Amino acid sequence: MQSTQSQQAKIEKLHDLNEDNTVRLKSSGDWTIDTLHDAAEMLTEMTSTYRNVPILWDVSATGRVDSAGMLLFIRSFDALKANQCSVDVVGATSEHEKIYQLVRRYAFGHREAKPALFSRLLMPFNRIGRRFVAFLTDLKDFLAFTGENFINLLLAIVHPRTIRFGAIVKNIEEAGVRAMPIVALTSFLIGVVIAYQGAVQLEKFGANIFIVDMIALSVTRELSPLITAIVVAGRTGSSYTAQLGVMKITEEIDAMRTMGFDPHRFLVLPRIFALIIALPLMIFFADIIGIGAGMFISHIHLNLSYPEFIHRLQKVLAVKHVWVGIGKGPFFAWLIATVGCFRGFQVSKNTESIGRYTTISVVNAIFLVIACDALFSVVFTELGI
Amino acid sequence: MNDTIIKVSNIVTRFGTNVIHDGINLSVRRGEIYGLLGGSGSGKSTLLKQMIMLLRPESGEITLLGHNLMSISRNDAASLRHYWGVLFQGGALYSSLTVAENVGIKLREYTELPENMIEELVQMKIKMVGLPPTAATLYPAELSGGMIKRAALARALAMDPQLLFLDEPTSGLDPIGAEAFDNLLIELRDILGLTVVMVTHDLDSIWTIVDRFAVLGEKKVIAEGTLKEVLHASHPIVQQFFGGSRGQIRSRDGK
Repeated sequence: MQSTQSQQAKIEKLHDLNEDNTVRLKSSGDWTIDTLHDAAEMLTEMTSTYRNVPILWDVSATGRVDSAGMLLFIRSFDALKANQCSVDVVGATSEHEKIYQLVRRYAFGHREAKPALFSRLLMPFNRIGRRFVAFLTDLKDFLAFTGENFINLLLAIVHPRTIRFGAIVKNIEEAGVRAMPIVALTSFLIGVVIAYQGAVQLEKFGANIFIVDMIALSVTRELSPLITAIVVAGRTGSSYTAQLGVMKITEEIDAMRTMGFDPHRFLVLPRIFALIIALPLMIFFADIIGIGAGMFISHIHLNLSYPEFIHRLQKVLAVKHVWVGIGKGPFFAWLIATVGCFRGFQVSKNTESIGRYTTISVVNAIFLVIACDALFSVVFTELGI
Repeated sequence: MNDTIIKVSNIVTRFGTNVIHDGINLSVRRGEIYGLLGGSGSGKSTLLKQMIMLLRPESGEITLLGHNLMSISRNDAASLRHYWGVLFQGGALYSSLTVAENVGIKLREYTELPENMIEELVQMKIKMVGLPPTAATLYPAELSGGMIKRAALARALAMDPQLLFLDEPTSGLDPIGAEAFDNLLIELRDILGLTVVMVTHDLDSIWTIVDRFAVLGEKKVIAEGTLKEVLHASHPIVQQFFGGSRGQIRSRDGK
C-alpha cells in the first residue's frame, strides 16, 4: 500500500462535444484517503454550481477507492441530486460497486447542527450552575465520607483488635520518617529567613536580643506547624490520593469490599492515624531545626552568642507556645489525610482523573490547613493563650 | 492475491533469562484473516508487538510489506505506522479525547481532508462498528467494555488500513457483539481487501472467520495452516486445544 505510488485523485469537466447541455465529469486517479484533498475542493465547488442539468459521470478511469473516496463520491452525488441534476454514473467496476454498498449503508444522512446562538450565550451561566451543583455534591460526599470514617473510628475504638497497627506503622514511616529531610530543609530555611528579616529591623533599634523572642514565638506557634503541614500535604496528601486512586481504577477497592474488608478500616483509618501521630512529632522536629537555624543566623549576623541565645530562649519560650504549635498538628493531619483519601476514592475509571484529583487534593488540603490555622489564631487570641 | 505480506523468520525473544520465542517462523498472505493462537504466556501478544514495532526481537527477521523491520528506515517506519490499524486488548483509547476525536485523530494528523469530511468519515466508522451515534461525544471512561472495543476498532479502521492488527478483539464482547464484529471483519476483508492479523483465544472466531492460523507453544510455532490442516497435526498441545470440551462441542456441531 505504501510502496506503490498512489496517484492524486482527479475530477475534471470534459468539453461538451455533442451540443446537448449534458455536463460530462470524469474522475481518475486513486480516490484514497491521502489523495483526495484537491478533488474534494473541486467537487464542493462543482456541486454548488450545477443546478438542474443532466450529468454524466464517468468513473471508469478511477483506480483504487477506499471508504473516504467513496464517501466523497456519495456526498457529491447526493448534493447534485438535491440540486435537481440527473446523474448517470458509468464505468463503475464491481469493486466500486461493493464499496459503494458498504459506505452507503453506514454513511450518515444528517449532521448535528451547532447549538443556536441563544443557548451558546447561556452557556457560561449553565457552566456556573453546574460548577455550583458539583461543589454542593462534593461537599455532601465529603460529609458522608467523614461520617462513614467516624463510624469506623468508633468501631475501631470499641474493637481495638481490628486496628491495623502494622499498616499504621508502615504509614508513619512513609509519611513521617521519610519526610524528615525535606521538613528539616524547609524549616531550616524558614528559620534563616525569619532571622534575617528580623535582624535588619531590630538592629535599627539596637534591640538585637529580641530576635530570640521573635524567632522562638513565630516558629513554634505558627511557622513550623504551617510549613510542615503544607509540605506534608504536598508530599503525603497527594500520595494518598494517587495510591487510593490507582486501587480504585484497578478495582482493588471493589475486590476488598467483596471480601468483607472495609476500605475505611484497611486503607483510610491507618493513614489518618499515622498522620495524626506523625505530624505533631514532625512539627516538634521542625521547631528545633527552625530555632536552630535562627540561632545560627543570629550568631553570624547579630553577633549573638549561642549561650546568650539559649538563655533568652529559656526565659521567653513558655512551654504553652510549643504545645499550641504541636496541638495544631493532629487537626492539620486529620484534614490532610481525610481530604487525600476522600479525593482518592473519587477517582473514576480513567487514568486521567488520578492526576486531576491528586491536584485537587493538594490544593484543597493546603487551603483547609491555612483556613484552619486562621481559625486557630482567632480562637487562641480570643482565649488569650 | 496470495502473495506474502508478513513474513516472520527465526524470531528469538528473551526477557532476561526467560526465553519466550525460540525460532518462530510464519507467514501471512494478502487478504486473509490470520490468527495467532496459544495458551496464556505463549508469547502471542509479544509476537504481535514485534510485528507492530513496539518490541524488538533478539534475533531473526520480520518482513512487513517488503520492509525488513529489523533495519527499517525512519521514514518507512513512519509510513507503515500511518497506514496500519492496531486494536489493543484494552482498547487503549486516549482518555482525554472523546470517541469521535479518538477515531478522527489520525485523519486530522495525517490527511488534508476538509474538516466536515473528516467528521462524516468518523461518524461513518462509528456507525460501521455498531456504536450508536450518541457515543461520539462520550469519553472513554463513560463507555462499557464492549463499546470501548468497538470504538477502538473504529479508530483502527479510520485510515482504511490494508493491514489490521487485533489483540484479542472479541474478548469481553457478548456473543452477539462478537458475531457482529466477526461479520464486519469478513465484510471489510472482502470489500476493502483487508489483511487481518489477530491474537485470539476465541474458538468461535477460529471456526468462523480465521482463514489460517498459527498455534504457538513450547516457544515455537507448533502448527500453521487452515483449520483442517491444523486439526490433522498430531502435536499434543494442538490436540489439547481442540480436544477439550469447549473445542469438541464445536466440532460436534460440525462447523
